[in-house]
Amino acid sequence: MKKFGKALLYTILVLYAIVTMIPFLWALSSSFKTLEEIVSGSINFIPKHFTLDNYKQIFIEQELFPRWFMNSVIIAVTVTILNLMFNSMAGYALARLHFRGKQTIFMIILAVLMIPAQVTMIPNYLILKQLGWLNSYQGMIVPAMINATFIFMMRQFFINFPKELEEAAALDGLSRIGTFFRIVLPLARPALAAQAIFVFMGSWNDFMRPLIILSDPNLFTLPLGLNSFKGQYISYWNYIMAASMVFTLPVLVIYAFFNRYFIKGISFTGGK
Amino acid sequence: MFSRKRWKEAGTAYTLLSPTLFVLLLFVIGPILFAIYLSFHKVQLLGGASFEFVGFDNFTRILDDTRAKIALWNTVKYVAIVVPTQTMLALVLAATLNAGLKGEKFFRIVYFLPTLTSSAVLTLIFMWMYNQNGLVNHVLQFFGLPTYNWLGDPSVALNAIMIMNIWSTAPFFMVIYLAALQDIPDSLYEAAELDGANAWHKFWYVTVPYLKPVTSFVVIMGLIGTFQLFDQSYIFSGGSGGPNNATLTVVLLIYQYAFKSLGTMGYAAALAFALAIVILLATWLQRKFSKEESLY
Repeated sequence: MKKFGKALLYTILVLYAIVTMIPFLWALSSSFKTLEEIVSGSINFIPKHFTLDNYKQIFIEQELFPRWFMNSVIIAVTVTILNLMFNSMAGYALARLHFRGKQTIFMIILAVLMIPAQVTMIPNYLILKQLGWLNSYQGMIVPAMINATFIFMMRQFFINFPKELEEAAALDGLSRIGTFFRIVLPLARPALAAQAIFVFMGSWNDFMRPLIILSDPNLFTLPLGLNSFKGQYISYWNYIMAASMVFTLPVLVIYAFFNRYFIKGISFTGGK
Repeated sequence: MFSRKRWKEAGTAYTLLSPTLFVLLLFVIGPILFAIYLSFHKVQLLGGASFEFVGFDNFTRILDDTRAKIALWNTVKYVAIVVPTQTMLALVLAATLNAGLKGEKFFRIVYFLPTLTSSAVLTLIFMWMYNQNGLVNHVLQFFGLPTYNWLGDPSVALNAIMIMNIWSTAPFFMVIYLAALQDIPDSLYEAAELDGANAWHKFWYVTVPYLKPVTSFVVIMGLIGTFQLFDQSYIFSGGSGGPNNATLTVVLLIYQYAFKSLGTMGYAAALAFALAIVILLATWLQRKFSKEESLY
């Protein structure tokens, strides 16, 4: 009976692993197929005529691909760095310092967590338009450079942070801000790593904000570029799959290196 | 002396908070007030922007708008099916993974792949699989099941998105469950075993009740996420919500009114508020419901 139970559990696990993998394997295999084979609608996972042409061709057909890649990198990296700094600074002030207005600011940050993005998206568009920030990096970066969820997370982290370290630093004559940047922040590395991954992925995969803010193809990010590429080459699924694979790779590489922080970060956002 | 120290501390605090306050004021609080203003005006963006006060017209208009009704109906249908399914799937997967089998880590990494991949890429992969002559139909045919024109038939297009999103979101919630499962004390299971409980009993009478707060969190997150469905519908239908409005969601409709047609930006703002209220109501109902249940 025990053995039967174990076999059942393994069956569930393996079946679901197959269900998860198939779309990716199918996309990967399609990216190595010729257009002829794509059109014929055959369903073999091993390409009949294995070809790398699609990967070369997408960069010839659409010379903006490297540009889109660079835009995505610039925006995601900047947004991540700024979030790490600003969320930690805010979280620290809310956790450790005493000042008038602290409760109000904290309540506002909690309230922001509840407001759906659709409410602010239209006025934000008008504000960015007024600032002349549509179709610009700063239009993508500045509104996204803080995140209420992670301010809250950093506050929780700093509340449990040992006070003695800061007191020692103060005795050595370090200012509060100096203590924060030189003593506290370096010790917050695990919390920062989890945060970095989620902010980076959020920005890298974001579709709606760039769709609204960016209309100049030169400034497109990858998801947006990919969508417009699909519009132009709708039946060239070999190209579309090749492009999809190229742009999934960076995230997979990051995941391979940092996967333990992913789990930590998720269980944290899980209210623990 | 004392008060000078306090002033200094407040100065430090506001310095550290200044980037946050700047963004909050300019891109969150300001826009909320602005959105309220917009929802009571007719907005024209040709040339310079002009705003004409129209009272509650934008809100009453929602009631006469057939497309708004279709969008709401599609969204509610989507939420009602996706949230329970992905929650149960996540729980079952997490419990299975947590059973102490070998290779847990491998399965966890595999299951997590969809969570990492961008919605744009996932939607494109699924569009390719849903092709008339594509993988999904071939598999259905192999098992002797009926095939569908997934992308073109209004009666199945939304289901195609549901399947895709259950598949891609369940693993994320699985990880949340997994973290909580590891906290359940072994003594609870041992006590159940002494009472003669089998594996199913243990899952149903120990695991599920213990995880109730987590389930509540997962359902609320699921509600918020599903009510805001946009990317997949947009890419699937090329922004139209087609075929025949079958994949039109509330957020897609808001987007269309705000940015794709003239003079309806104020109406879009009103719709956005209506959506916010629907989401608040749904999460409130969920909270109330799970609280009443826990009385037993």
